[in-house]
Amino acid sequence: MIKRSIIALITSAAFVSTAFAGTLVINFDDPNPAPKAGFEAAVAAFEAANPDINVTVNINDREAHKTAIRNFLSANAPDITSWYPGNRMGPFVDAGQFEDISDLWASDENLSSNFEAIKPTMTRDGKQWGVPYTYYQWGVYYRADVYADNGLTEPATWDELLANCDTLKANGITPFTIGTKYLWTAAGVFDYLNLRTNGYDVHNALTAGEIKYTDDRIKATFANWETMLERCSFIDNHATMSWQEAIPPFASGDAAMYVMGNFAVAAFKDAGLTDDQIGYFPFPEITPGMPRAEEAPADAFFIPSGAKNKEDARKFLSFIARPEIQAAWNKTIGQLPPNSKSAINTDDKFIVEGFATVSTAAGLAQFYDRDAPAEMAKGGMEGFQEFMIKPERLEDILKRLDKIQDRVYK
Amino acid sequence: MFPTPIAQRSPSRQIAYKIFVPIALFIWLLPLVLIFKTSISPVSDINNGNIFSWPSEFMLVENYLAVFERSPAFTYFLNSVKITIPTVIISVSLACLAGYALAIYKFRLAIPLFFLFVAGNFVPFQILMVPVRELSVSWGLYDTVTGLVLFHSAFQTGFCTLFMRNFIRALPFDLIESARIEGVGEFKIFWYLVLPLVRPAIAALSVLIFTFVWNDFFWATVLTQGEASKPITAGIRALNGQFVQQWHLISAASILTAVPPVAMFFAMQKHFIAGLTLGAVK
Amino acid sequence: MADNFDTRSNRSWYSRNRQKIAPWIFLAPALIFFTVYVVAPIFQSLWISLYEWNGISEAKWVGLDNYVELFDDRRFYISLENNIIWLVLYMLAVPAGLFVALFLNQTIMGMRFYKSLFFFPFVISQVVVGLIFSWFYNPSFGAVGIIWEYFGAVPPSILGDERFVTYGIIFAGLWPQVAYCMILYLTGLNNVSQDQVEAGRLDGAKGWKMLRYVVLPQLWPATFLAIIVTVIGALRSFDMIAIMTQGGPYGTSNVLSYFMYETALSEYGFRMGYGSAIAVMLFVIMLFFISYFLWVMYKDEKGER
Repeated sequence: MIKRSIIALITSAAFVSTAFAGTLVINFDDPNPAPKAGFEAAVAAFEAANPDINVTVNINDREAHKTAIRNFLSANAPDITSWYPGNRMGPFVDAGQFEDISDLWASDENLSSNFEAIKPTMTRDGKQWGVPYTYYQWGVYYRADVYADNGLTEPATWDELLANCDTLKANGITPFTIGTKYLWTAAGVFDYLNLRTNGYDVHNALTAGEIKYTDDRIKATFANWETMLERCSFIDNHATMSWQEAIPPFASGDAAMYVMGNFAVAAFKDAGLTDDQIGYFPFPEITPGMPRAEEAPADAFFIPSGAKNKEDARKFLSFIARPEIQAAWNKTIGQLPPNSKSAINTDDKFIVEGFATVSTAAGLAQFYDRDAPAEMAKGGMEGFQEFMIKPERLEDILKRLDKIQDRVYK
Repeated sequence: MFPTPIAQRSPSRQIAYKIFVPIALFIWLLPLVLIFKTSISPVSDINNGNIFSWPSEFMLVENYLAVFERSPAFTYFLNSVKITIPTVIISVSLACLAGYALAIYKFRLAIPLFFLFVAGNFVPFQILMVPVRELSVSWGLYDTVTGLVLFHSAFQTGFCTLFMRNFIRALPFDLIESARIEGVGEFKIFWYLVLPLVRPAIAALSVLIFTFVWNDFFWATVLTQGEASKPITAGIRALNGQFVQQWHLISAASILTAVPPVAMFFAMQKHFIAGLTLGAVK
Repeated sequence: MADNFDTRSNRSWYSRNRQKIAPWIFLAPALIFFTVYVVAPIFQSLWISLYEWNGISEAKWVGLDNYVELFDDRRFYISLENNIIWLVLYMLAVPAGLFVALFLNQTIMGMRFYKSLFFFPFVISQVVVGLIFSWFYNPSFGAVGIIWEYFGAVPPSILGDERFVTYGIIFAGLWPQVAYCMILYLTGLNNVSQDQVEAGRLDGAKGWKMLRYVVLPQLWPATFLAIIVTVIGALRSFDMIAIMTQGGPYGTSNVLSYFMYETALSEYGFRMGYGSAIAVMLFVIMLFFISYFLWVMYKDEKGER
């Protein structure tokens, strides 16, 4: 009798666990080879550790994901989605579409003690909304071999950069490559010029709508940009190219530098470049003595409020926050683990240099299009693109941006 | 016949014409020829600027297999089929019924309703976008094949009804009158008398709607998000993001997208043209 | 007796009314579908255009503010201007289609096959056409780049230059549209009355005169249809812009249909109310054409029976 009821209990327990053995649906936003491999390895490790959870993965193109998230959060929520912290998570948090996971941040020892530095960007209204799995430095990537052939060295100041550009142009090499079809790459250049010209506080004030685009300080940023356009020209036709499409001139040595995030290194290597051919330096100083702030955007995972399997979703978030998982993942994708206990990949010179750059920075900006509200970002970045092609229209562009600003921040 | 038949011209002009037509055709279809050529070439051909010349190596099987292996193209393709076929069946069926009603019966609203279907067929998609998306979301049809099928069926019903109504109206009305006098029920007249007569119209509409729905991109973008329901037209855009600059693969995927409507057109050419030229031929 | 009377009155009620009831039974399914998915949304959009709504939070009533903003929005005027360019240039498809049809309206060996191949571009998806042409226009490794460089010229960046971009997209769009108009005219030419052409020949009409005074009037149904589909096609242009430029560079190739989508559903948008206001403007423009088409059709209807 007892034996039988034990068996019944076991079978029913087994039944229950299979019944609830959840499927966990994750929407991820990067189909490029390295990011996909890193993500899939983490999922595989999670499935191995939790054999009763069955993970379903949807991988969308990054640009498509940015549009789709609006739809699927309300319509057909996955259990976990990748998204960006900072201002970018604001609309979803405010509309109640992301799950508050402050409980996880409080109860999970690893999360509560090893993510101090990045916790503020994951926080809104005093609560935490997601778990970051990676962040990365921005800066100037350059062709080390091309530099060497032309007798150049890494510039530390604006004048040195401009002088390098003069030499490159004299030798028939376009100093910078860029692809601005999706606009945000131009914002990277703007952010750096602005951070180096005016510093971190002005960046924040501008993206918060506290100073105008026609402000003299912003005009000074654009004046430097104009100098850069003249002396350090960018490749032609950049408005028709995505950032990946702008890599071939860099790979062929027709262009020498690329203002980019570290995720691009994998793509440089796919294009046939070796470690020795690629170098990195932080964007040079413009205003002497200005404390050096850096762009270091993070990517994170969030649980939609409409998720069906929130319990396993929390398990997953806690799992991917672990030091060894973050270390392995970021090793694959060539980026920095937000977990301070994670080992960084010391074999990767870009990671070593990037970590040194980011950890000594006076401030970390997310990015123009993540720090500014979406509509302002769109208008602003179109303006940047137009300025790069038609610098003579600056006055007009700035007035237009002020007008958008007036409306967006009212 | 206009213009003057070439047979009545001088022999030299005839020969010139016969040579020139294929050349013109080749130039006209050059974009397709090149994209097909690219789809069977190695990627190095494009990078070397080897666009117009013969492929340096034939990679037909490799490239097309790569599209299926490295992307969900097959799923997208299948979704397109799952969306297109039911839409054709539903919209043509509804239109047979509605077209019959509007063509045969004389009632005050017949003309206004007919014009409603015609006008609805012409409205810009954007004026429907937000409400249709909201409706699909609230009915749980967002990102499902069913959601797209229902919308397409409803929208295409406008065009199909216009077509069917005009077609049935051109049928000999006496037939129906005499059937009525014989005391045949309304539904029986429709089923046994009218339906067999409109078979050519059904064929024409089916190929046409197949092509329209297969080639739809806008609604696929608005109402789907992932592999569960994305048809090939929207899928190919995602592939474009994934296969950056791998034009041989994008070309192969493009050719795959184009094949079903092209095959349909070739198989049913007569009906297709009859459908398109509705109204132009009376 | 009474029973008998009853059934007879029933039958006569049905036979008296079945002509009235039957059409509604036949119409109901189509009408319900069409009302739910097409007619009602038009009015809903009108209504939504009076709100400020981001699609996720509460909607806020703003009255006509969206329209006030629209009429002060530079992007609206750029899109509108491009729409007009589209309308005008897309119309070239009509004469071009006629030209190709006249060229092909012969009977030589394999002509049927040639005609169907000429029609190909219309059957393939505009997404594919857009992809093909974005590759062609690429100045570094597309056809344009290679052709220009062959002649020793610097290839233009067609899709990256505000001066060329809209024309570049329209040119790509004309390719399938010309095929469409061509097929309409080919069928129309089949139905041109032989007698009248012969009579014209006897009167000494040739070439252009024959076309202008004898053939074209008979082709009016084909021309009318070609104009309708071309106007609708021009105003609906969306696929190719989404694929080729997404409205860029810096919004200069935008048209109302894409501008609306971008405003209401894209990454930096989600202003459903403002988007709906744009859609309403597009609808009003279209309504102008729709009314004209319906009026022509109505006159036809009245003349018919």
